Amino acid sequence: MKKTKKIKINLNGKTLFLAKGTSVYKVIKKTKLQPNKIAIELNKKIINKKNVNKIFLKNKDKIEIVHFIGGG
Amino acid sequence: MKRDFLKIASKNFNSRLIVGTGKYKSFLECSKAIKAAGAKIVTVAVRRVNISDKKKPVLMDYIDPKKITYLPNTAGCFTSDEALRTLRLAREIGDWKLVKLEVLGDKKSLLPDMIETLKSTEVLSKEGFKVMVYCNDDPLMAKRLENVGAVAIMPLAAPIGSGLGIQNYINIKIIRNQTKLPLIIDAGIGEASDAAIAMELGCDGVLINTAIAQAKKPIEMAKAMKYAVLAGRKSYLSGRMKKSLMGFASTTNKGII
Repeated sequence: MKKTKKIKINLNGKTLFLAKGTSVYKVIKKTKLQPNKIAIELNKKIINKKNVNKIFLKNKDKIEIVHFIGGG
Repeated sequence: MKRDFLKIASKNFNSRLIVGTGKYKSFLECSKAIKAAGAKIVTVAVRRVNISDKKKPVLMDYIDPKKITYLPNTAGCFTSDEALRTLRLAREIGDWKLVKLEVLGDKKSLLPDMIETLKSTEVLSKEGFKVMVYCNDDPLMAKRLENVGAVAIMPLAAPIGSGLGIQNYINIKIIRNQTKLPLIIDAGIGEASDAAIAMELGCDGVLINTAIAQAKKPIEMAKAMKYAVLAGRKSYLSGRMKKSLMGFASTTNKGII
């Protein structure tokens, strides 16, 4: 059986190993976060939340997901 | 009677008290304080999601952005680049364009770096943001911020979280007299009388976080701040009496026995 190739990505400072070709959408879904409450950066570039299913991750990609917290 | 709205970037808000959402014991306490303060705008910060704790409550579950205007801030940013990144992300969360810019210059005093602040205000305004700017109580810098597109000038009363109250009445007055933009005291308010004084100086509003959140009874202090802002505003609009070095009797001498 052919072994699935894994890629190493960084999500909010944590290392994750994912199958090659995983979309950003899949990662967001896994986190159970609601898209209307977050913003996403891929390699320091903001990505449009509507396009997350069309953006596929590569090895060493860096994702930052942010949301609002209490602040003055 | 005409209602006394706080108008920012063509939008009317039915409260002149803006409340920060940091430092509360819980989101529940924070939402209760906002209600008690009658605030229609709250500041919020942008931070990394904790992905390992999926059940952790989030701010938006407690404070509905459809009912209360979120004012994303750049708390903790020390450079223009950090501030721009933060606010562009904030806009992406839900198309927020009204933002509070603060670029700090010193980790101990938390005083603003006005060079970076000015630079960021100009860039953000050109990108279509409506920028409310935390700044020093410096009339010249306030003018420059206005010239590059700020929609509100927000000078400090005293350093963030210090609770010292307004330290420079004269500069606040000068800024008031030179600008038609909303003037909002941001940072340094310690108690209700500070908020009332800010309003009596002619400010359009005050932004308070620590003075409410760190009071022994935050909800009660939120109410006190609400009344102080209303009282100070009424006092300002009513036109105070003239000051005198000598006494003037309140009772006539006519008919004295």
